[in-house]
Amino acid sequence: MRTPLTVRLFAKLPRAGWAALALFALFAWVWVPVAHLALPADHALHLSSYWVSLLGKILCYMVVAVAMDLIWGYAGILSLGHGLFFALGGYAFGMYLMRQIGRDGSYGADLPDFMVFLDWKELPWYWTGSDSFLWALLLVVAVPGLLAWVFGYFAFRSRIKGVYFAIITQALTYAAMLLFFRNETGFGGNNGFTDFKRILGYGITTPEMRVILFALSAALLAGVLLLGRYLVTSRFGRVLTAIRDAESRVMFIGYNPLHYKLFIWTLSAVLCGLAGALYVPQVGIINPSEMSPANSIEIAVWVAVGGRGTLVGAVLGAGIVNLAKSWFTVSFPEYWPFFLGFLFIAVTLFLPNGVIGLWSKLRGRHAPATEEEAEPAPAPAAEPAVLTAPPTESTRGAAA
Amino acid sequence: MKRTSPWAQRAWLILPLLAAFLLLAAAGQARAAVDEGALQQLATGDFGARIAAIEAIGAGGGEEARRVIAALGAGELGVLDGRVVIVRDGRVTDVGGAVVEAAPDAVDLLRVNNRVRRALATANAALDLSADDATRRLAAAQTLRDNASETLLPVLERALESEQDDAIREIVLLAAAKVNLNADDPAKRLKAVTALGESSDPAVKALLEPFMAQDNGTWREPDALVREAAAASIAAIERRVAVAQNIGTVFSGLSLGSILLLAALGLAITYGVMGVINMAHGELLMVGAYATFVVQGLFRAHLPEWVDWYVVAAIPAGFLAAAAVGVVMERSVLRFLYGRPLESLLATWGISLVLIQAARVVFGPQNVELANPVWMSGGVELAAGVVLPWNRIVILGFAAFVLFLVWLMMNRTRLGMFVRAVTQNRAMAGCVGVPTARVDTLAFAIGAGIAGLGGVALSQISNVGPAMGTGYIVDSFMVVVLGGVGQLAGAVWAAMGLGIVSKFLEGWAGAVIAKILVLVFIIAFIQKRPQGIFALKGRFADN
Amino acid sequence: MSTVIDRDAEQANQREQWEGGANIGHVVQPGELDLSHDVILYLDDITVSFDGFRALNKLSLAIDAGELRCIIGPNGAGKTTMMDVITGKTRPDEGKAFFGQTLDLTRMSEPEIAHAGIGRKFQKPTVFEQHTVFENLELAMKADKRVRRSLFARLTAEEGDRIAAVLERIRLAGAADRSAGLLSHGQKQWLEIGMLLMQEPKLLLLDEPVAGMTDDETERTAELFVSLAGEHSLVVVEHDMAFVEALGGKVTVLHEGSVLAEGDLAAVQNDQRVIEVYLGR
Repeated sequence: MRTPLTVRLFAKLPRAGWAALALFALFAWVWVPVAHLALPADHALHLSSYWVSLLGKILCYMVVAVAMDLIWGYAGILSLGHGLFFALGGYAFGMYLMRQIGRDGSYGADLPDFMVFLDWKELPWYWTGSDSFLWALLLVVAVPGLLAWVFGYFAFRSRIKGVYFAIITQALTYAAMLLFFRNETGFGGNNGFTDFKRILGYGITTPEMRVILFALSAALLAGVLLLGRYLVTSRFGRVLTAIRDAESRVMFIGYNPLHYKLFIWTLSAVLCGLAGALYVPQVGIINPSEMSPANSIEIAVWVAVGGRGTLVGAVLGAGIVNLAKSWFTVSFPEYWPFFLGFLFIAVTLFLPNGVIGLWSKLRGRHAPATEEEAEPAPAPAAEPAVLTAPPTESTRGAAA
Repeated sequence: MKRTSPWAQRAWLILPLLAAFLLLAAAGQARAAVDEGALQQLATGDFGARIAAIEAIGAGGGEEARRVIAALGAGELGVLDGRVVIVRDGRVTDVGGAVVEAAPDAVDLLRVNNRVRRALATANAALDLSADDATRRLAAAQTLRDNASETLLPVLERALESEQDDAIREIVLLAAAKVNLNADDPAKRLKAVTALGESSDPAVKALLEPFMAQDNGTWREPDALVREAAAASIAAIERRVAVAQNIGTVFSGLSLGSILLLAALGLAITYGVMGVINMAHGELLMVGAYATFVVQGLFRAHLPEWVDWYVVAAIPAGFLAAAAVGVVMERSVLRFLYGRPLESLLATWGISLVLIQAARVVFGPQNVELANPVWMSGGVELAAGVVLPWNRIVILGFAAFVLFLVWLMMNRTRLGMFVRAVTQNRAMAGCVGVPTARVDTLAFAIGAGIAGLGGVALSQISNVGPAMGTGYIVDSFMVVVLGGVGQLAGAVWAAMGLGIVSKFLEGWAGAVIAKILVLVFIIAFIQKRPQGIFALKGRFADN
Repeated sequence: MSTVIDRDAEQANQREQWEGGANIGHVVQPGELDLSHDVILYLDDITVSFDGFRALNKLSLAIDAGELRCIIGPNGAGKTTMMDVITGKTRPDEGKAFFGQTLDLTRMSEPEIAHAGIGRKFQKPTVFEQHTVFENLELAMKADKRVRRSLFARLTAEEGDRIAAVLERIRLAGAADRSAGLLSHGQKQWLEIGMLLMQEPKLLLLDEPVAGMTDDETERTAELFVSLAGEHSLVVVEHDMAFVEALGGKVTVLHEGSVLAEGDLAAVQNDQRVIEVYLGR
């Protein structure tokens, strides 16, 4: 009866899903390295470092989108503070990257440049151990996780939900942004961390490192998708959607929603932290503007565009919006806010189930996921089609 | 010597000149001439002596003294044969104004350094202390308060006798007391120390502190009575400073609260009626502020003589502009999202992005400049460093006025009754014939319009730029949450309380920490009273 | 009331036992239900007021183990509020509520109460509309309902059989894989009753279970409830007198938040005060 978790993790995936995953692996772990490293720069299929970094960045955003989808799409809790967890993960790893600069900073001192600039003589206590890679990894998970747990515990215990929860998370990330803007906080103030040189002693700007980071991001995304898939098809996932649709009923059949919400909320925050940690070395900078409320709310739009309540939708949405963004901000920078603004409005008005919802509608079907249709899951008949479970109008109203 | 030779050549002129000089000197004497000894010191003494001389001249007062001081300040005062003369426009005169026949370059001009300049300022102030113009007297008194010396004591005492203006008198009193602090006579010191206790200036406190200091176990101030008086005076000043500061903090808290209230009133209406968090609410403030800017521009172009009253005209303009934007929002977007609060939240955020960018395109990304009208500039000074600015006082009153209007509308009009009915039970209100769709639009327009009024107010105290509204949505939502949805009195208490608490925390821990503390406080508050504010009590709780 | 002092002492004693039990470490699984006095539910002097309005006014009620009790009363009599108090949704301002001899309901959370063995059916049928009928039953099934277990839970053959049996009983076997949202109103009522059955509660609270059912369905529901009585205790709130008659148990009439009359249906129907406030018009 006790099948190992890993086996069950994979057993949940239908064949089409496997095929997609294999394609993705081929793309991320074979084609991108070859196209970037092996092909000469003037080759038609050569992938420039701009593209590798951009795609790697978007992979991180996709992870964040999946994390957001788990909490919003499945548990019905809209967070406007996920940018905070992402940035905290980034800062936690950024501390390590700052220490890796060593004496190569512009002041040639042992301390990071911004501390020299502030005339600090030694590292603040919370920088202790930041030169250790393992400690940095621990912080990447622990800091967002702990903050989310504490905040979530108090918020969910008071049964704060819906709009109230959304606004309070926004206030939280806003307050954190103000805190990180201060020089005295010890995280570089306005400028944050930048000018990274190395990871584990290897140059951070080398093509090899770029490909490795890209591959790691891809691995993280694949892992998060598998984990998400496992979660939402487990009984846990069914309780989660049940909480979204009728929380009081869930309580009266003996589940304590507090623990369920807290678990998925904390997990979601940790995933964001991991994505942030991979994001920072790829873009080469982390500063407090990552915590601005606008960034967090944009995450919600990725998920809404793709289609919430579907893992594939979240990934698609993050991809579509961010590719559009990088095109717009290069070609028509002044129109990007208009586009994004109208996207918010249009998606909520016309595409309540996002691109995925539109696609299923065009194919004349509503609920079940496309993957499952191609090859019915070899699960018992009761195995649900949770991959696509758009909440109805009435339940959404109840979420307030 | 070179200098003597022209003088010698014109020796025959001496007699008549001398006669003229004596005549003029006599006339000058009648109008209070400058003390000869002081002039002598000025001509021949070293720097220290010169400075003393300058002050003495200032203390002496009179037309001639004024001329000497002005000339020295302008670098026109010089020494010719041991006498002080003035060289101006290539002519040499004596201090009385009589022409001295001498070549200007024969005069050895007195050099002016910083110490001399300071002494000159003091001397000027001493002279100004008897000016007819009260503002000049006030400025003079302030200068003397900062650098008077014993030489000027008689001037100060004279001023104390003749001065009618209380404010100036008080400053002069302080100045005199400061001088007397260093007097040798303990009785004088005691009097001075006691007199300084009347001040509310922290700088005066610093002056008194040495009286309480010890050097190697012995008091710097030998007299115990003086020490006691100093301690009492320090305590009195501290008390006065603390009171003034607290009043200042409470006032700035109320001022912040009035802005929060203006922002939250509109939000409370729209949230109460439609359950929609309008994330573009802050941008409606911005619309109101830009409307004020446009009105200002129109006044400057067409009605320059009325420009001081543009703010009054901006009130309806701001209201209408924001209300119009609100109607468009409601009719085109929110109408279709009722009952889907989270979607509305995202959509209104989208609207806010569009509005910000539109402002950036139309008015440029920089802050625009708005001038306070004359009647709103300046302020009431409570104590040194604690000023209540008029613009904030006006806004406080304006917020009260808007609150009154909203109260009237909600409680005394048919629309208000409809709005309250829809807030409580939309379906039932619809059943009994309330035109809910129209009420929604109207309520949204009014809520938006009130935000526009908030923007008009805000334009008078802060920067007006495209992103000015972004910070307000969270704050005003907190006010609505704390005060309870649909309760005007609650909103007032919450806004003012939040404002005052924030300002006190700011003084104590800095603005950022204060913001975080307020957030923590609100979360803690929600812990304490979850149902009271977050849900209706009873069986309607979450179905 | 000479027993009042007695009972207070007893309850203090019980509370001690209960708290002692909690110390052993069963935080989520509360103490055992103690039916030694054959009474499954005590409500004593319960008062609940909302902003000055007294929804329950010194309500006292006792349900015996295995009993089928019907509660009737005009709208606003406090029937639903009473259920809210029993299931922990509303905390009483005053009064005591005990499940069995030992479990103080006023100190337990909703999930704890559900765990202890009280199941509730809402007035408006509340099922998980996005889930299938089968999943609805699976979620309700008596099991370890903590997060950790739910992550790794798999349906055993025995559990599958239990679900299948309940599906038969509520006549939804053919609709097992349909979304619950697609069921008719009456079917949703049955599904919710089925979910209650899956919980295997000791006490079932049923708020207007036959509203929206056809006569045929109503009749079958009555049969089902009668068959449940004995093994379970049932408290049924209903306006449908025919249905109450079909159930045949003791009837309690609530009025303005307290008990107006109690007894078998015939006696109650002839009670002058009951006729005044409720039955006759």
